[in-house]
Amino acid sequence: MSTIIKAINISKVYHKSTVPVHAVNNLSLNIEEGEFTAIVGPSGCGKTTLLNILGGLDQPTEGKVEVDGTDISSMKDSELIDFRLRNIGFVFQAYNLIPVLTARENVEFIMLLQKRNKKERHDRAMELLESMDIADKANSKPSQLSGGQQQRVAVARALASKPRFILADEPTANLDSSSTNNLLDLMAKMNEEQKATFIFSTHDQRVMDKARRIVTLEDGAIVSDVKR
Amino acid sequence: MYTTLAWRNIWRNKRRSLITILSITFAVLLACVMRSMQLGSYGRMIENSVRFYTGYIQIHKDGYWNDKVIDNSFVYDPEKLSEVNQLKGVQTFVPRLESFALSSFKNQTKGALIMGVDPEREDELTRVKSKVVTGRYLKPGDEGILVSQGLANYLKVSVGDTVVLLGQGYRGANAAGLFPVRGIVKFAMPQQNNQLVYMDLAKAQWFYAADQLITSVALVIDDPDDAPKITRQVEEIFSGGSYEVMDWKELVPDLVQSIELDNISGKVMLWILYLVIGFGMFGTYLMMTAERQYEFGVMISVGMKRLQLQTIVLLEITFMTSIGVLVGIMLSLPALTYFHFNPIYFGAEAAKAIEKFGVEAVYAFSLDPVIFTNQAYAIFIMAIVLAGYPIWSIHKMRPVESMRP
Repeated sequence: MSTIIKAINISKVYHKSTVPVHAVNNLSLNIEEGEFTAIVGPSGCGKTTLLNILGGLDQPTEGKVEVDGTDISSMKDSELIDFRLRNIGFVFQAYNLIPVLTARENVEFIMLLQKRNKKERHDRAMELLESMDIADKANSKPSQLSGGQQQRVAVARALASKPRFILADEPTANLDSSSTNNLLDLMAKMNEEQKATFIFSTHDQRVMDKARRIVTLEDGAIVSDVKR
Repeated sequence: MYTTLAWRNIWRNKRRSLITILSITFAVLLACVMRSMQLGSYGRMIENSVRFYTGYIQIHKDGYWNDKVIDNSFVYDPEKLSEVNQLKGVQTFVPRLESFALSSFKNQTKGALIMGVDPEREDELTRVKSKVVTGRYLKPGDEGILVSQGLANYLKVSVGDTVVLLGQGYRGANAAGLFPVRGIVKFAMPQQNNQLVYMDLAKAQWFYAADQLITSVALVIDDPDDAPKITRQVEEIFSGGSYEVMDWKELVPDLVQSIELDNISGKVMLWILYLVIGFGMFGTYLMMTAERQYEFGVMISVGMKRLQLQTIVLLEITFMTSIGVLVGIMLSLPALTYFHFNPIYFGAEAAKAIEKFGVEAVYAFSLDPVIFTNQAYAIFIMAIVLAGYPIWSIHKMRPVESMRP
């Protein structure tokens, strides 16, 4: 397996009322292709900040992040947007589907940004919605879907662009246990079948149980990294 | 999908979007009505003063306009004027001999403006025949006169009565005569209605001992906008002698000035209206930007370029503005069309008060396309300027911060 992400000595320091806060502290991490990794730790340990830096949404104060050998820490904003579009899928805690688009249109949206043709967009969106067991809701708006269904659409959207890896920030935080299990099973299936690389931030034990690698953070630093 | 997205976004908050659209509609409607009334009234004033009195271009002997005495008259030369008549855009020419005289009937006496005219040509310019309310219009070579209604009421004369006219003729000659009243004419402008007396040109030349002389030639032209160009051409034709050729803006400078002043105050009112509506629009843009920070952050995070997001927001603003402007114009158009053909006349008392200021007591409405296009431009420019805020906000936005709960 090849290394997709290399985080090298990254630090992130916020200044809250002139007091420096080390959200991520001299952290190094490699993510291999096809991994199903959970980043865990107590609230405020830097999980979200780490994910943001790995996803190119935030810049480290020190160190660098390489994706497939490309240093994304020094990219310009417009380059990063394009890079994210082509290489990274995102699943957010609050689903964050576009409320005025249907489930299918939400999945197609990413491919539209990638300038794929209409048929390809439609076919891929339906294929993903079917694999997420939600094809029957293709024409429903997010407001007509349950939390679990919305999150499955969000995962389908993240996969639509055929990204190198998917970052999911607390994807099950707002879900009940049945929806959580369902979502995790589907993501595990995508990981198995499509070799999609998933990186979660979570403090949900059920997610940790499914993960094949658990990276534990404390005060912005890795305290354990266990592969199963 | 961008268009679909923008269109659907408008209706996410139906009430707010409808209020914004309605405020734009209201602004356009009100602005169209205001401008239509203003431009309509200006048009009516210009028409009454210029189209139906002075003409758009006049030729005089040099100096006549500053010293309007019969001694500043010139020889009527139909051949030279037919050369003017050949110019493109000139319909006809109307010779006049104008001077003052005292008019008298029984115990009543009042100053009158005597207009010696060619009855047929004069009617082509001023449509004076249609303004005859009692009696008949002048015939060529007529011995009688037409008296304006206000003057007739003052003198208490009616058709068939004989009026005494007394004045000073060409080079100090006495001018006196008895003239039977052939008809009473009613003019919209009080200034004309209270002092005008029409008589045949030959009769006026006889009355003022001004054989073959006229004081002015008014030109009837197809398009008032061509007046400056035709004025220059006429000046060339008359360049050999000492004549002055003036277009309507020089002929009625007071009217032009009062219209310009009134126009400025009208525009100030319009801008106040736009300002009020602009604040409403800005409030909407502010809200739609503030409440969608998280969503914008997500869209940029997943790979949407800022320019694409800005385009969607701009499309939303354009849609709302277009609907508001179109509905505003569609609502104003039938109402203004109706009032264009059916102007609002003031009641008797109000009319008297207004006419004292020398203004016709009527609300006239214009249908000049510029009324509608200008409102549309103004609202669109305002919308685009105000759209600068959400566009700037998207430009400056940091997805991580905007998605922070």
